[in-house]
Amino acid sequence: MSTLSTLRTPHPGTDRALRRRRIRRTWGQPWLYIPLAGALLLMITPFLWMLSGSFKPEADIRRIPPVLIPTAPTTANYGELFSTLDFTGMFANSVIVALAVTAGNLIFCSMLGYALAKLEFRGQRAVFLLVMGTLMIPGLVTFVPLYVLVANMQLTGSLLGLILPFLATPFGVFLMRQFLSTLPDELIDAARVDGCRELAIFARIILPLTKPALATLGIITFLGSWNNFLWPLVVAQNESQYTLPVGLALASSGQSFTRFGILLAGAVVVLLPVMIVFLLFQRQFVAGIATTGLK
Amino acid sequence: MSTKTLPERGDTHERSTARPKRSAGRRPSVLRDTARGRQARAAWILAAPFLALFAAFMLLPVVWSLLMSLTDTKSADLRTPLNVSFTGLDTYVRLFQDEQFFHALRNTGVFVLVALPLTLAAGLTAAVALDRGIRRFRAVFRVGFYLPVITSIVAVAVVWRTLLEPRSGLVNTVLGWFGIDGPAWLADTRFALPVMIVMAVWRNLGTVMIIMLAGLQSVPQSLMEAAELDGAGPWQRFWRVTFPLLRPALLLTAVTTGIGYLQFFDEPFVMTGGGPLDSTLSATLYAYNQFGNGNYDMASAAGYIIFVLIVALTVLQFRLLRDKD
Repeated sequence: MSTLSTLRTPHPGTDRALRRRRIRRTWGQPWLYIPLAGALLLMITPFLWMLSGSFKPEADIRRIPPVLIPTAPTTANYGELFSTLDFTGMFANSVIVALAVTAGNLIFCSMLGYALAKLEFRGQRAVFLLVMGTLMIPGLVTFVPLYVLVANMQLTGSLLGLILPFLATPFGVFLMRQFLSTLPDELIDAARVDGCRELAIFARIILPLTKPALATLGIITFLGSWNNFLWPLVVAQNESQYTLPVGLALASSGQSFTRFGILLAGAVVVLLPVMIVFLLFQRQFVAGIATTGLK
Repeated sequence: MSTKTLPERGDTHERSTARPKRSAGRRPSVLRDTARGRQARAAWILAAPFLALFAAFMLLPVVWSLLMSLTDTKSADLRTPLNVSFTGLDTYVRLFQDEQFFHALRNTGVFVLVALPLTLAAGLTAAVALDRGIRRFRAVFRVGFYLPVITSIVAVAVVWRTLLEPRSGLVNTVLGWFGIDGPAWLADTRFALPVMIVMAVWRNLGTVMIIMLAGLQSVPQSLMEAAELDGAGPWQRFWRVTFPLLRPALLLTAVTTGIGYLQFFDEPFVMTGGGPLDSTLSATLYAYNQFGNGNYDMASAAGYIIFVLIVALTVLQFRLLRDKD
């Protein structure tokens, strides 16, 4: 590369211009790193503050001015969090609900997505428009009747009430249909010629090919369910059904709000799993967001 | 929907139900029909589970909600939701007579009008800086800027409340270094809503950035080189070449972010409860409070008004950002 740039530089005397060009090739605009690093620091400051606060003893938290690094780091906040509130149970509830909702969306949305993208049937266009048309409807429009419905189904006392309304979402159909339309028709036609049954084509040939889309939908759905807050807050009737965000919200609005350390530890427990999931799968996640343009 | 439609060829008798969309000339027509029948049957089998759940938990509530807004449904009717009386547009009339609702609408309007452009601008700037400006550590910046998007609002609210604590919070401490006496932020009617706007930009610029990055990467390099040869500077190249190509992606993000912002709810709900003095009361929070007070009719009506506003904003944005030619 250095020989190439030497050849391309017509004036041998301009050593500095050459070096500047080389820097630019590997780094882009070097000065831009300063504002970008500043912005990055601003963006992640809340997370750093949270992490440090969760390890601070009560004396450090009340300190004015505050310190970023705890003087005597302690895990007492976490200990108290799990002993006073049933955070273990809430954690389990969050996981169960998120896994069930994710599984439902993966199955039902890919099935309908395939029917809409690759099969022909009467009413196809109507089904598509009906499902997509609800993407714009605010959650609050369906909120009240949904609550009345779930209450009358006697589901407000069980985790099922947190799961059922979210098992099949229009967004998932949109994403799966987008992806499935890109698969070649010849694949399906060839399988038909070979005598493969329609449902077997979907299960044995198409599904294995949709892994990237399923991964994207799975991560998005899991995160959405994990962070879902208002519905579980309203529907969960007692502590045994609380999910993590509900528990944290009630703890922070209650008498213990002065205990910052415990709340920040709670925030860490809520945020850490999704951050790990995101960092592990961020490639698929970002690709999914970019192709669908939706969150 | 179908891209496979071919011109019909001499189809003969025994045409029973659907018109043929495909001509598979080699096969006899009876077989062709049953093949299509099998396909349709498979399609409905695949569609049925989703559609059943969708009908119960989406379509039914959407229609029911409209009906509720036209009746006098209260929380007392929870177990007998059909035993209510029709009141016509009475609920909507009462809604529009409620000054608090207008106040909530105004707060939501301010929030959308300020936060939406800021979010789009911040996300676009970040995307351009990462795509055109730098070459190393792109992934680090991308992950860092995107991180707030995936976070739980409840956890984030807890953290921001401690950051904004008037005395022991980090924000006022930093302001103190510069000799500024920071306000009480969330307890101050002048600052509570702006704080939420900043928080919304912080939480959403990552989404805009990711979509814009994908858009920027699809701009052909040859086009940029041609513009450069024609003597266009970087500024001109961006506004004359790149930006018009980003338009569709920008429109999409503006619409989806706008839909989200019009439903502005989580931040005031967990951080201020709408206060102080209703200064952060949003339209959706108003509707939720009506629900909490047992006025299911008012909550549904307010929900429908927000829905109409969302449709209006979406149409407006399509008009504004549509390709000029």
